[in-house]
Amino acid sequence: MALAQADVLAGLKEIVEEVAGIPGASVELDKNFTDDLEVDSLSMVEVVVAAEERFGVKIPDEAVTDLVTVGDAVNFIVNAAK
Amino acid sequence: MNIKLPPTVNSQILSVGSYRPKHIVANSEIAERIDSSDEWIQQRTGIQSRRIAGEDETVITMAQAACEMALKRAKLTMADVDTLILATITYPFQAPSAASELINVLGNPKAAAFDISAACAGFCYGVAMASDLVRAGSSKRVLVVGVEKLSEFTDPDDRATAFIFADGAGAVLIGPSEQARIGPVAWGSDADSRDAILMNPAYTDFRNSPDKGVTELGWPHISQQGQTVYRWAVFTVSKIGVKALELAGVRADELGAFIPHQANMRIIESMAKEIKIPSSVIIADDIRVNGNTSAASIPLAMDILLETHPELHGSLALMIGYGAGLVYAAQVVQLPPLP
Repeated sequence: MALAQADVLAGLKEIVEEVAGIPGASVELDKNFTDDLEVDSLSMVEVVVAAEERFGVKIPDEAVTDLVTVGDAVNFIVNAAK
Repeated sequence: MNIKLPPTVNSQILSVGSYRPKHIVANSEIAERIDSSDEWIQQRTGIQSRRIAGEDETVITMAQAACEMALKRAKLTMADVDTLILATITYPFQAPSAASELINVLGNPKAAAFDISAACAGFCYGVAMASDLVRAGSSKRVLVVGVEKLSEFTDPDDRATAFIFADGAGAVLIGPSEQARIGPVAWGSDADSRDAILMNPAYTDFRNSPDKGVTELGWPHISQQGQTVYRWAVFTVSKIGVKALELAGVRADELGAFIPHQANMRIIESMAKEIKIPSSVIIADDIRVNGNTSAASIPLAMDILLETHPELHGSLALMIGYGAGLVYAAQVVQLPPLP
């Protein structure tokens, strides 16, 4: 099932807010999870698992380290859902 | 022709004992070497301090102290114990087993004794086996001891593990019971993720590369993929906890305590959320002052919980062990009565 980039970003905003307590409004494509949003490595795992459930995709452990920015995560999910 | 078998009985935890090394090490003493901070370590793991064994505190002396405390509380002696199961990954000999040395120093060199290697799940594996040995009539009373001197096998420069691992021992004495007080075990492995936690190099690597030695190969030490382990523990192992509750026919709100392996406070809290442990249940958090002591962490946490919350004696607890393998085991137990 194809997913629109805007829908994935909106979903990720909600997930990051719920998991890490970071206001969704600050979750933008160019934001770095670690440096800008202060999502640490363990919270990142929770974001990834929540994203898998929400978007019906698989994000393997080895891919998680490549998801540096919110844009990386959005692109990975959009591609994985194709 | 019929083979004669003893009648099956029920099993229970008669008592618990523990040993905490004397030396307390604060985060500040570790942080500088790995370019970290007390705040960072606490935020990622919940650990404020840990106990590190001295030269005179060995796997055997720590296990002995924990076993002797458990025996004393049950008002029994080693002569009343016919089997000892020891869980460890840090006894520095392949053979004979640590268990055989331990029964000797405890004063019953005739007991059945063996080690099990199931890392941080070792204690729950041991309780499962001990309970079944008693139930089947193979053993009358079994000491199960989890003991680790992880400081001997931790790389002090590894930024992912140097602040996690620690030392200690905990033991329970398991014997017959009129009522069932140890639930069925839910256990198994995810060995396809074997690489997530490893101890390397192998002994044979030193023989095969005599020109390199410890300086180049490094002393055997545990390494782990933190994110992989976190994901597995929270989202896979939690389901094993739910299964153990179902097998025992116990609801989460009937528990007095939740005593998972003390790996990381964030894992413990996320697990409790996944299993839907209600706020009325006391959650073991010994990791804060004791670090991750692998096979020893559950009985250590059980003992301190009973000390700080004496009302928990005789109440139900869910135990979950999980670790290198990857392996896991969980069961519901009734905590021992007041000594």
